[in-house]
Amino acid sequence: MALGPWTVTGPWVPSQTSDALRRRYTRSIIVLAAILLPLLGLTILVGEPDTYFHAALNFINTFVASKGGPAWIGQAVLIIVPCSVVLTLIQVLPVFLVWWEMKIAAHIQVRLGPMRVGRFHGVLQTIADGIKLLLKEDLVPEGADKIVHFIAPLVAVAPALVCFAPIPLGHAGLAPVKLDVGLLFVLGVSGLSVIGLLMAGWGSNNKYSMLGGLRAAAQVVSYEIPRVIALLPVVMWAGSLSLGQIMDKQAGLWAGFLPKWFIFYPVVGQISFIIFLISSVAETNRTPFDIAEAESELTSGFHTEYSGMKWAMFFMAEYAYMFLACALGAVLFLGGGGALHPKLSFIPSYVWFFGKTFFLAFLFILFRWSYPRLRVDRLMEFCWKFLLPWSLANVALAGFLFLMMRSR
Amino acid sequence: MTAAFPSPAGTVNERADSLLSGPSFETKMERISDHEMLLNMGPQHPSTHGVLRVVLKLDGETVTGAVPDLGYLHRGVEKLAENRTFGQFIILTDRDDYLCAMLNNWAYCLSIEKLLKVEIPQRAEYLRVIAGEMNRIASHLLFIGTFGIDIGAFTPFLYAFGREREMILDLFEQLCGARITYNYVRIGGVSNDLPEGWVEKAKKFVAHMQACLKEYDDLLSYNPIFMDRTKGIGVLPKEKAIAYGVSGPNLRASGVPLDLRKDAPYGIYSKFQFSPAVRQNGDCWDRYMVRRDEIAESCKILEQALDGIVAGEIMGKVPKVNLRPPVGEAYAQLEGARGLLGVYIVSDGGLSPYRLHLRAPSYINLATLQEILVGWKVADVVAILGSIDIVLGEVDR
Repeated sequence: MALGPWTVTGPWVPSQTSDALRRRYTRSIIVLAAILLPLLGLTILVGEPDTYFHAALNFINTFVASKGGPAWIGQAVLIIVPCSVVLTLIQVLPVFLVWWEMKIAAHIQVRLGPMRVGRFHGVLQTIADGIKLLLKEDLVPEGADKIVHFIAPLVAVAPALVCFAPIPLGHAGLAPVKLDVGLLFVLGVSGLSVIGLLMAGWGSNNKYSMLGGLRAAAQVVSYEIPRVIALLPVVMWAGSLSLGQIMDKQAGLWAGFLPKWFIFYPVVGQISFIIFLISSVAETNRTPFDIAEAESELTSGFHTEYSGMKWAMFFMAEYAYMFLACALGAVLFLGGGGALHPKLSFIPSYVWFFGKTFFLAFLFILFRWSYPRLRVDRLMEFCWKFLLPWSLANVALAGFLFLMMRSR
Repeated sequence: MTAAFPSPAGTVNERADSLLSGPSFETKMERISDHEMLLNMGPQHPSTHGVLRVVLKLDGETVTGAVPDLGYLHRGVEKLAENRTFGQFIILTDRDDYLCAMLNNWAYCLSIEKLLKVEIPQRAEYLRVIAGEMNRIASHLLFIGTFGIDIGAFTPFLYAFGREREMILDLFEQLCGARITYNYVRIGGVSNDLPEGWVEKAKKFVAHMQACLKEYDDLLSYNPIFMDRTKGIGVLPKEKAIAYGVSGPNLRASGVPLDLRKDAPYGIYSKFQFSPAVRQNGDCWDRYMVRRDEIAESCKILEQALDGIVAGEIMGKVPKVNLRPPVGEAYAQLEGARGLLGVYIVSDGGLSPYRLHLRAPSYINLATLQEILVGWKVADVVAILGSIDIVLGEVDR
């Protein structure tokens, strides 16, 4: 019997042989290399951005001085320019991170993801989404606490932006603000966002939102503790809370090939890193710890009743925190802007920093798309009964190890 | 718990009344104690699998009472049958349980064939088994995918639903021209013979499916988080399952090896070698694993059927028009993807059924919810609801 007019061939017909697939992947790798290698060459040519900035600053200072202007102009430029650069960066990064996550998720899930907007693999998809969100109607549910509902996204997103102030985006000189207590500042300020989530949950007049907000508060506050304690060995060893100093302490090589990154410190480094990674995923409310949003349980958790740009602000805060966690991981455990080998240090430090950060972000995305979600009470048990004891034991172990190293 | 809410002491009906009667949902807030709250889950909710509404009474995140509210998708299918000829009603059985429409077609045709006492050609029987088992696999694949989403794992859904199930739908499309509502099994036989090269494609699919089960196991079945979320959750004991009339994979997960394909073989099922999947604990994980094992068993049946298919007619001797079964009644049942799928039909010798009743397995399985949801967390509600595997088209009919 002949095939009917409805005969179609599905995506699984044998035309997709392993040979064809291999050719496709080879081509993708060539295309990616053709894009990334020239970019890398450009960064090597340009070099570190702060040299240009300091040259410009010197020029402004001498110019102002020659005209008899006040000296605060130079200081204002010194503060305003790096901060606005970082602020812009933090607002643009989610755009890239979201697209990146969409593409990685798509390839994990045997599909293509966005392919249309922006011609090349949907690179402009997130921008189109952003425009859509801007134009969306801003709904406030009846019976909601209007003021709390309005302020909540601001409270959630503002600390996320402030947190980036002391992060060195490359070598120690690339931090917008040089703080001696940088690590403390980041950990302290990032904890404030949970107030925004709680306000969103409470102010929405929605039971699902309230459950989500309460879950978020419980989770973020709990996971803060093992996360901070996991970072104690790093501080103990570096003897400083300044992120730049911690990073500089990781320069150099062991046995000629292994960089002195904290993750390579025997036992202590690995335990610290794993606890930090797990609790960072929990802090950023991402799967497998996304119980605050928990789509299948609470529809969207605390941001169920948000739409348009208010929703986008929660979204931006989430991705900014994800990037912050990855940046912290890169600075504290992977040597930040330091090169893998001194011979590779011709590549500018910010390339190393962003490379390491995006590698960690890739891990976050990988976790999200391969694991199911934990249950609330199991999540708490995991934090208090597993992560916390281990992080405390790790501090003791680290103290012992560093004492041994010093006495020798 | 205060006396204002008579749960779980009252009967099921009393509990339903206390939650659902009255002018509006909000007024019930006064009838529960001050440390509890009512949560209206559905009919618009991502994980009630359609338009099911469950009213939950929560103490913190712990469920202290649950009442499912049905009927949002009621279309009066059984009444519609009384105004259609026997042949015309097959398309409505497609829309009853739309995830395994082949088996619904088959169950309905089986009951009329029982009335007509007509003989079905061997090739048609084979085609029915092949189509039915494939549809069972498709239905269980959708279960695995959506259950993964309920637990929070999104990726298995796109493997099961977007890859393997799609292959089955492609095969069905080549077989009968439709992907969801097939109208394939007809009174006395089937509508289309196999197109050229279909058997080879089907064999290729079966091999692919068996290989994919390992992928599901790695990604979902034996994932520690998944097992933590489902093992020991929502236990349905054997006695309670039997008392509620639960059937299909849910019953087999509770340790009762009832499978009509084995215990009361219809069609040509006695020819095939397979063993019904049975698990003992009756928790969510067992209900999941029974369906996962059943895919493997269906693959075995498919292999045998595809090898042993005989040539011949695909339609028995049944009048195409003016079909008037003799006066009488008949009840036929088969093993659907969700349980015993029965069709009871009464004929008065006319062109359409005098009365028709569908024994919808998900409707009966759903009744256990109010019993097994109590005491678990909100997150478990989603897991338990998903593991029962209901199709609202069938529940509300």
